[in-house]
Amino acid sequence: MQPIEKEYADIPGTTVFDAEQSRKGYGINMFCMSLLKDANRKAFKADEAGYLKKYKLSPEQTDAILKREWNRLLELGGNIYFTSKLGATDGLSFQQLAAKMTGCTQQEYADMMLAGGRSPNGARTKSEWKK
Amino acid sequence: MAKIIAGVATSHVPAIGAALDNGKTQEPYWQRVFSGYEESKKWIAEVKPDVCIVVFNDHATAFSMDIVPTFALGCASEFIPADEGWGPRPVPVVHGHPELAAHIAQSVILDEFDLTIVNNMEVDHGLTVPLSLMFGQPAEWPCKIIPLAVNVVLFPPPTGKRCFDLGAAIRRAVDSYPEDLKVVIFGTGGMSHQISGPRAGLINSDFDKAFLDGMSNDPQKLVKLQHVEYMREAGAEGIEMVMWLVMRGALDEHVHERYRFYTVPASNTAVGHLILENEGLANAAE
Repeated sequence: MQPIEKEYADIPGTTVFDAEQSRKGYGINMFCMSLLKDANRKAFKADEAGYLKKYKLSPEQTDAILKREWNRLLELGGNIYFTSKLGATDGLSFQQLAAKMTGCTQQEYADMMLAGGRSPNGARTKSEWKK
Repeated sequence: MAKIIAGVATSHVPAIGAALDNGKTQEPYWQRVFSGYEESKKWIAEVKPDVCIVVFNDHATAFSMDIVPTFALGCASEFIPADEGWGPRPVPVVHGHPELAAHIAQSVILDEFDLTIVNNMEVDHGLTVPLSLMFGQPAEWPCKIIPLAVNVVLFPPPTGKRCFDLGAAIRRAVDSYPEDLKVVIFGTGGMSHQISGPRAGLINSDFDKAFLDGMSNDPQKLVKLQHVEYMREAGAEGIEMVMWLVMRGALDEHVHERYRFYTVPASNTAVGHLILENEGLANAAE
């Protein structure tokens, strides 16, 4: 059997949520999913570390959740549509979350979007992204 | 007989729903987006479809990581708008068409498309934002809705070709349904956007405009696009555009482009919108 070729691994600044990531991040994503219920949002906010004990999370994953390290959460198997529920629990919109993941202030990010967004030029491959 | 008369493509950005629900439509930022749908609202009020099949994706709302169906057809009589973490959108309950949905499910499965059948599903902004854009804020949605959820969250989504071919199978299924029904099919999501990671904010208007052209005139070119090209060129989440190809596959080979709208941005996303009419409807209107 041939290994699966991940052509998309060369897209910079991007963690593609594939089967391998989904396997690693099941605990993160199911924890985030629980935050769809208001009662769970309140319980989590009342005792974050205690709430997380109900889920199968590695120490790194628990740490990334508690510190709200949004990019690390994606690297550790989180998916944006799940981690955004943690963002929503903190009162963050998708755009506010995106700003945090790009290292911009919200105003800088909103200005970039109003000016037409991030150009694909220089953002297609890892080699051109670093320049 | 039932008949698919037209296709609607539109983005389904959640912030559009929030702007509408919070009365921000007159703000210049949002006015620019909503003004692009004024013609479309008039069009669909005149066309008065009996049923809309809405191809959309669930955003970790109805489907968690426990079960991830590639294609899931909503066969229920109603679908409740979901709480996505900010509270449920204040929009009407979505009423299904269980008889037509069951007919489509049976037809396309025997046509070798192995759909998942869903009899209980809450629906998120992926479904309700397109309805709001096309129908405004009525007390009840003016037609029955059949949701078709496509997995674009867990890579890989179905290929563009598979989506297009499923659309063609849905067309055959609708054509063989005995009741006289006017059906419009929606393909939703996109256009270029990335909301995850350090590359978030990516927009590629050249890609998007070529995609709009292809939807209208040369869908076979779009069918050949590979996943990696969508993600590299149009952002990781731009891959949602494969869902537009289900809609396109359900239309005639040659269509009349009735309307087109494109604007950047709505929140993180390029907003694209098309109305494509099958020949029968285009001729009837002349």
